Amino acid sequence: MALFDKHKRAALFDPLLANNPIGLQMLGICSALAVTTRMDKALVMSVSLTTVAALASLAVSLIRKFTPSSVRIIVQLAIISSLVIVVDQVLKAYLYEISIELSVFVGLIITNCIVLGRTEGFAMQNPPLISLLDGIGNGLGYSLVLLTVGFIRELFGTGRVFGFQALPLVSEGGWFYPNSMFLLAPAAFFIIGVLIWFLRTWKPEQQEEN
Amino acid sequence: MEHYLSLLVKSVFIENVALAFFLGMCSFLACSRKVETAFGLGVAVVFVQVLTLPLNNLLLRYLLAEGALTWLHESLNWVDLTFLTFIVFISTIAATVQIVEMALDRYFPALYTSLGVFLPLIAVNCAILGGSLFMAERDYNFIESVVFGFGTGFGFLLAIVALAAIRERMAYANPPGGLRGLGITFIAVGLMSIGFMMFSGMQF
Repeated sequence: MALFDKHKRAALFDPLLANNPIGLQMLGICSALAVTTRMDKALVMSVSLTTVAALASLAVSLIRKFTPSSVRIIVQLAIISSLVIVVDQVLKAYLYEISIELSVFVGLIITNCIVLGRTEGFAMQNPPLISLLDGIGNGLGYSLVLLTVGFIRELFGTGRVFGFQALPLVSEGGWFYPNSMFLLAPAAFFIIGVLIWFLRTWKPEQQEEN
Repeated sequence: MEHYLSLLVKSVFIENVALAFFLGMCSFLACSRKVETAFGLGVAVVFVQVLTLPLNNLLLRYLLAEGALTWLHESLNWVDLTFLTFIVFISTIAATVQIVEMALDRYFPALYTSLGVFLPLIAVNCAILGGSLFMAERDYNFIESVVFGFGTGFGFLLAIVALAAIRERMAYANPPGGLRGLGITFIAVGLMSIGFMMFSGMQF
């Protein structure tokens, strides 16, 4: 990666584990839980969010010097919602079935704190390229958590991965008895809680004081 | 009447925005350290939700939906502005929050000082936008949208106050280092969510 210096690399890769938006910054949890019952839904959501976060950071950073600080939130919201409208229309045109299942959660990318948090907290003070990388990095950090949770829930809830039967079901002569608890809301909370536990046991500097 | 009661119970308990749809999670976790702050945020959410949902309902009905502009002129019956839903809803919400903030500052200063910090946060609370989007998706009429707005807001208030009460007690517990703070809160919310699942199937 001779292309990027150390600073830019950090903007791209830090949000993956060292400074994960969900695990540490506590941002964007809302949608992370609702769309993770299946891997394909989680993947579409991750790609949409990463696109919006990257482009919104880029756009906000490009006009940061012309934005009066009194109206900056509304400017950012306008940029983000326009991008989300584009993403939503693309999904409706090419991936109609998944867009129906994601229902309101594509629209909720607008209020996803990751996007607004990064545009407000990072892109407003930094030049375009590094803001773009920061947007992509935070989008990827979010995607990592989303896909992990989606994998666990789909595998144990239905025995499938991306819709393919990975574990043979009892009802079809196999040995795996699906635990549909994993498809319900509480399981999502437990899985995220346990993931955070693992992450912070591995990286103790992220632990909170009581 | 029974229909509205059933919708109210559904939106408060069975389909609790926070515990069944995971909406408003960020502020749900961030502002639930103390019962007082949690209650303040909850009341603000109810307030804004009851105002914005019916407003968005009217906008949807008379501005955005397919053929909605027919009341303006016969020849406009082909116009379909539904793709603008997101940007209109979020603007309504941001504007309402701003107006509510100014009105409270002017007429109810005591309430303003206690809710003040939470109002700007609410503009980007997914529970508010989510409520409006669910209203659009399920095609609620005006009265239904008022009931649904109050129900979702009250459900959020109930959940966040309960969580804050649990967390205040949990401050005396001693979980493993990695679980401290966010981790154990998630587990507690999961248990609450199981509790709320008990209501599913309740009908009037």
